[in-house]
Amino acid sequence: MIGGLFIYNHKGEVLISRVYRDDIGRNAVDAFRVNVIHARQQVRSPVTNIARTSFFHVKRSNIWLAAVTKQNVNAAMVFEFLYKMCDVMTAYFGKISEENIKNNFVLIYELLDEILDFGYPQNSETGALKTFITQQGIKSQHHTKEEQSQITSQVTGQIGWRREGIKYRRNELFLDVLESVNLLMSPQGQVLSAHVSGRVVMKSYLSGMPECKFGMNDKIVIDKQGKGGTTDDSGKSELGGSGKQSIAIDDCTFHQCVRLSKFDSERSISFIPPDGEYELMRYRTTKDIILPFRVIPLVREVGRTKLEVKVVIKSNFKPSLLAQKIEVRIPTPLNTSGVQVICMKGKAKYKASENAIVWKIKRMAGMKESQISAEIELLPTNDKKKWARPPISMNFEVPFAPSGLKVRYLKVFEPKLNYSDHDVIKWVRYIGRSGIYETRC
Amino acid sequence: MTDSKYFTTTKKGEIFELKAELNSDKKEKKKEAVKKVIASMTVGKDVSALFPDVVNCMQTDNLELKKLVYLYLMNYAKSQPDMAIMAVNTFVKDCEDPNPLIRALAVRTMGCIRVDKITEYLCEPLRKCLKDEDPYVRKTAAVCVAKLHDINAQLVEDQGFLDTLKDLISDSNPMVVANAVAALSEIAESHPNSNLLDLNPQTINKLLTALNECTEWGQIFILDCLANYMPRDDRESQSICERVTPRLSHANSAVVLSAVKVLMKFMEMLPKDLDYYGTLLKKLAPPLVTLLSAEPELQYVALRNINLIVQKRPEILKHEMKVFFVKYNDPIYVKLEKLDIMIRLASQANIAQVLAELKEYATEVDVDFVRKAVRAIGRCAIKVEQSAERCVSTLLDLIQTKVNYVVQEAIVVIKDIFRKYPNKYESVIATLCENLDSLDEPEARAAMIWIVGEYAERIDNADELLESFLEGFHDESTQVQLQLLTAIVKLFLKKPTETQELVQQVLSLATQDSDNPDLRDRGYIYWRLLSTDPVAAKEVVLAEKPLISEETDLIEPTLLEELICHIGTLASVYHKPPSAFVEGSRGVQHKRIPARAGSGESAESSDVGQSGPSEAPPAVIPSQGDLLGDLLNLDLAPPTATVPSVQPSMQMGAMDLLGGGLDSLMGAGLGVAPAAMPTALGIAPAVGGGLGDLFDLGGGVGMPTGSYVAPKTVWLPAMKAKGLEISGTFARRGGIIQMDLTLTNKAMSVMTDFAIQFNRNSFGLAPAGPLQVLTPLSPNQTIDVSLPLSTSGPVMKMEPLNNLQVAVKNNIDVFYFSCQYPLSLIFVEDGKMERQVFLATWKDIPNDNEAQFQIKDIHLNSDAASNKLQGSNIFTIAKRTVEGQDMLYQSVKLTNGIWVLAEMRIQTGNPNYTVNENQETWRML
Repeated sequence: MIGGLFIYNHKGEVLISRVYRDDIGRNAVDAFRVNVIHARQQVRSPVTNIARTSFFHVKRSNIWLAAVTKQNVNAAMVFEFLYKMCDVMTAYFGKISEENIKNNFVLIYELLDEILDFGYPQNSETGALKTFITQQGIKSQHHTKEEQSQITSQVTGQIGWRREGIKYRRNELFLDVLESVNLLMSPQGQVLSAHVSGRVVMKSYLSGMPECKFGMNDKIVIDKQGKGGTTDDSGKSELGGSGKQSIAIDDCTFHQCVRLSKFDSERSISFIPPDGEYELMRYRTTKDIILPFRVIPLVREVGRTKLEVKVVIKSNFKPSLLAQKIEVRIPTPLNTSGVQVICMKGKAKYKASENAIVWKIKRMAGMKESQISAEIELLPTNDKKKWARPPISMNFEVPFAPSGLKVRYLKVFEPKLNYSDHDVIKWVRYIGRSGIYETRC
Repeated sequence: MTDSKYFTTTKKGEIFELKAELNSDKKEKKKEAVKKVIASMTVGKDVSALFPDVVNCMQTDNLELKKLVYLYLMNYAKSQPDMAIMAVNTFVKDCEDPNPLIRALAVRTMGCIRVDKITEYLCEPLRKCLKDEDPYVRKTAAVCVAKLHDINAQLVEDQGFLDTLKDLISDSNPMVVANAVAALSEIAESHPNSNLLDLNPQTINKLLTALNECTEWGQIFILDCLANYMPRDDRESQSICERVTPRLSHANSAVVLSAVKVLMKFMEMLPKDLDYYGTLLKKLAPPLVTLLSAEPELQYVALRNINLIVQKRPEILKHEMKVFFVKYNDPIYVKLEKLDIMIRLASQANIAQVLAELKEYATEVDVDFVRKAVRAIGRCAIKVEQSAERCVSTLLDLIQTKVNYVVQEAIVVIKDIFRKYPNKYESVIATLCENLDSLDEPEARAAMIWIVGEYAERIDNADELLESFLEGFHDESTQVQLQLLTAIVKLFLKKPTETQELVQQVLSLATQDSDNPDLRDRGYIYWRLLSTDPVAAKEVVLAEKPLISEETDLIEPTLLEELICHIGTLASVYHKPPSAFVEGSRGVQHKRIPARAGSGESAESSDVGQSGPSEAPPAVIPSQGDLLGDLLNLDLAPPTATVPSVQPSMQMGAMDLLGGGLDSLMGAGLGVAPAAMPTALGIAPAVGGGLGDLFDLGGGVGMPTGSYVAPKTVWLPAMKAKGLEISGTFARRGGIIQMDLTLTNKAMSVMTDFAIQFNRNSFGLAPAGPLQVLTPLSPNQTIDVSLPLSTSGPVMKMEPLNNLQVAVKNNIDVFYFSCQYPLSLIFVEDGKMERQVFLATWKDIPNDNEAQFQIKDIHLNSDAASNKLQGSNIFTIAKRTVEGQDMLYQSVKLTNGIWVLAEMRIQTGNPNYTVNENQETWRML
């Protein structure tokens, strides 16, 4: 199991050091500093073995987190734990920075004591932790006996992510379908790989212990219902089937509140949600993806000292919708001496420090096209190696889900309290963003 | 409220100031002071001097302060054990606190204080906490048992905590169950043979129930524990799989990977024709792909594991090639791993896409990545024959880029392609030769020289090219020197007229001016070969080379199986068994995949949950026993167990050092030569050792007629031979020497085309016929073979004398091992000397040919001993009794005509024998 956990600043100074196991000595702290942080090289493996001690490390802005062990631990678990640790810290005091860590070091030690016991991760749900570890610290001793047992049963219980007795005057929930669409396209416009990785983020402000059921246009579910429908009412189901487009989900994973065995057997998504914001599910699709933009590059080398670049972008969605925050990044060679750009829409600039032409467009409607052309002057070099031609990348945001996912329903039942599904105010929003959206040139 | 100020106090006299503050009456001030102390501790300052003052702050109802003091205690208690006792009372009191959070805190902290005296006081509170009404306290106490066990294992056993811990597996609270499982698993690891984690269908059922209810971390503990269970039959295996598959949709990647581990392991037991088996295979792919959208560090862990899974079950991900395409912004460690998996998944169906990608990668920035991409193109060519041509042309394109490291890497892989497809792509040699000057890495230079030597007849200026390398011969690395030597010899054999001068130059450089033994040996061998028998030289040097195998980089099957059982863990990241990087007893256990469809054997071992510690892997060279021969050690390099496969001639290197005297003696028996003396002496002790063996092993069960046959031992473990295990022994039956072999196929593919060969050895042992393995050896099959041996093979003195180096070939590769035969093997049946001759010879033998030693602990009388020895062709010529001692005079004749005379003194009642051996000098046959 995890033998120790250290947090360093970018200089390699220790901000937090907590040792759980006897086989990890103080010299381990220095070994990591010397061999990894001070090496100042690109990290070539997130797991480093120094003198039979393994260091698992992640970096958040300029803070290093390292978990240390001498045993054959579950490596995936250690990284998941480090990420979780970051989440918990962020939930408590915001951004992970040297200043915030120093300001909250007592709290961090308290958290580390609670969520990692002898190197075994324990309940690390912020919702539960916040009931008894607070930034003020003193609060906890004023719990009544009932409150105390409520805390412990929540921390250890089946529903560790939600406490009882939550009350809202207005029962409300927000669903965000956030997708990032990834593309790798050849210069000829052939899709080399494309996938959408999506997340359903829920903000729930619901009283009591509500039982929820979430439905979407999952192909497997719709097909199953379609089949069921043909036996009793064929006409209706056909209508329904043609009206609703269903999508094939390659794979999905759920927050721990979702009953996985039920999903496995019936493919229904049922759960008691945590209070506030959390990520209900993640999913991945690869079929029938709507690619919001198409990038058509044209690069011509004119002699040894000049490049001509022309890039056309075409928007490929309903004309009534608007894409925002569009940015096209056209890489330029290292020996670029000057660039002249002409674009019809938006603003384009050559950024020498980033070796790229950055073309920004604030808004663009569907089924439109726009174009940029640039002349790049090059310094003559002796470098034999050809320019690697990194791909042209794109960023954007569109108000729909490129995978085609639709939320069909989210039903809420709270048997003990007197509010019904109809009383809950529900909001749904779809946002499609670019992930790694690249076209080779 | 900001705490960062505590980090900045670095004044002098700080400790003194802190002391004052800690003893302040004001609570706030105290707390501030403790915070400062903790901050100093964090940055590595020694604040242990404040121990009593900090401990004094412990008695407080302020929980935050208490936690801080506890943190301090955990750090310094060990250095101040006596003062740590001061804290005990508070701990014991806290364990009785009405607040469960405080009870748990106390028991948690106490377990972290590694002071013997404290652990004694810990037992009672811990016992109470294990049965506490509050689950939070129980789950903390469960972990505390593991802590205590780490400090004092005996105490935990004596106090019966292990049983209480086992009971917690049936606890009503899932988190208590999970922590109990984690603690028990860890304790069980340090007691490999204990039946601690008594996994049976009932407990498994409890675990599976808890699995649905506990936290993500608890699920990992439980799944990792489940993976150690051996289901009794395929039905149980299937039902466990069914209950584990829902975990594949968990958001936590570690839960997913641990579930994959359980499934990969238990799947092995399901019959392949079962529908469920196919369903399961299909279910595994999507979650594995999803792991690749996790954060980069987790992607890396996932990719290392997928690399194993792809080798074990390529069918799972064969359609998912695209997800392993490298993204421009992936961290380098992710890129390199993806590339590796791409090659493993490459097949005829997707090769075009793969090649297009690889070509793209070869223009990237990172040198390591580019090199690997170029190498990958070569591996594709070797793996998918249809693509070879395209690969070669891609490589040629890359060579045109003139980027130095790309060119070098390309040449190295082209050499391999030549070896895989001889006489197909030699047209590209001209292009390669153009780049000769730019090669500065040894591997690339060696590869290029190999190509020039191998295809010397097609390259007009091969001699010039090689000569240009020869100029800086001594500055080259050994790899290049060896290759250059061989290449020039090849050239000479192909074009003898023009290159005589060149070959002499290289031979003299290699033999006279070099101090590298390998190089010198190889030089001498070529020299002698060329000068004595050019035809033989041609046969040896220009022999047809075996084709290189498709996948030389596959993980060896037994290791792969073990790693599959460690999916998700560090072992699977390092691709090494835990014993390779974990100290102490923890890593020693080897895990195995269960056998398919409930064979009797696996049912037996299922009780333990995992097979016990496996025996130490047998060394390829058996240990030498008490051979006195070491005393007379000739200056011979010890025989290497794995002889490099490049040139067969290399192994003969040792011959030359004997100055040629030996082989003429042994072969033709030309009377006494001084040079032979040490050799002759060497035999006597070896025989002595052999005698000892005969007594030792033959004890009790009299075998008057046949010679003793030792039980078979493993000569070649499967780990070292891609799944082929060979064990064997030697026997002499009716004057015929036989080598009894047992071949076992532990790999997953069928083995065919077996052949065997011996290196030269001391007594000229050689196979008298081919190795008779008629049917192909399918996986898990074992076959016994008897190989008759003759003693007419080539002779070379070995060290030890009875060492035999063997090469076994099959369709996969050639493997080398060495073994030792009992010397009695070469004692011939007509070794009984005439009495008169014996007497005469005994006197003639000079004293320095005599050796004496004792054989201990043998309870036989002289007659029985004599009978027994006769069974092994050691003949008693005369017997005499002197002062209560039996003296036996014995003679032995070796296959090469050497006589050994022995006097054996047996004291009645004393189990020690003294043997005086006289070694006759060489005698004509």
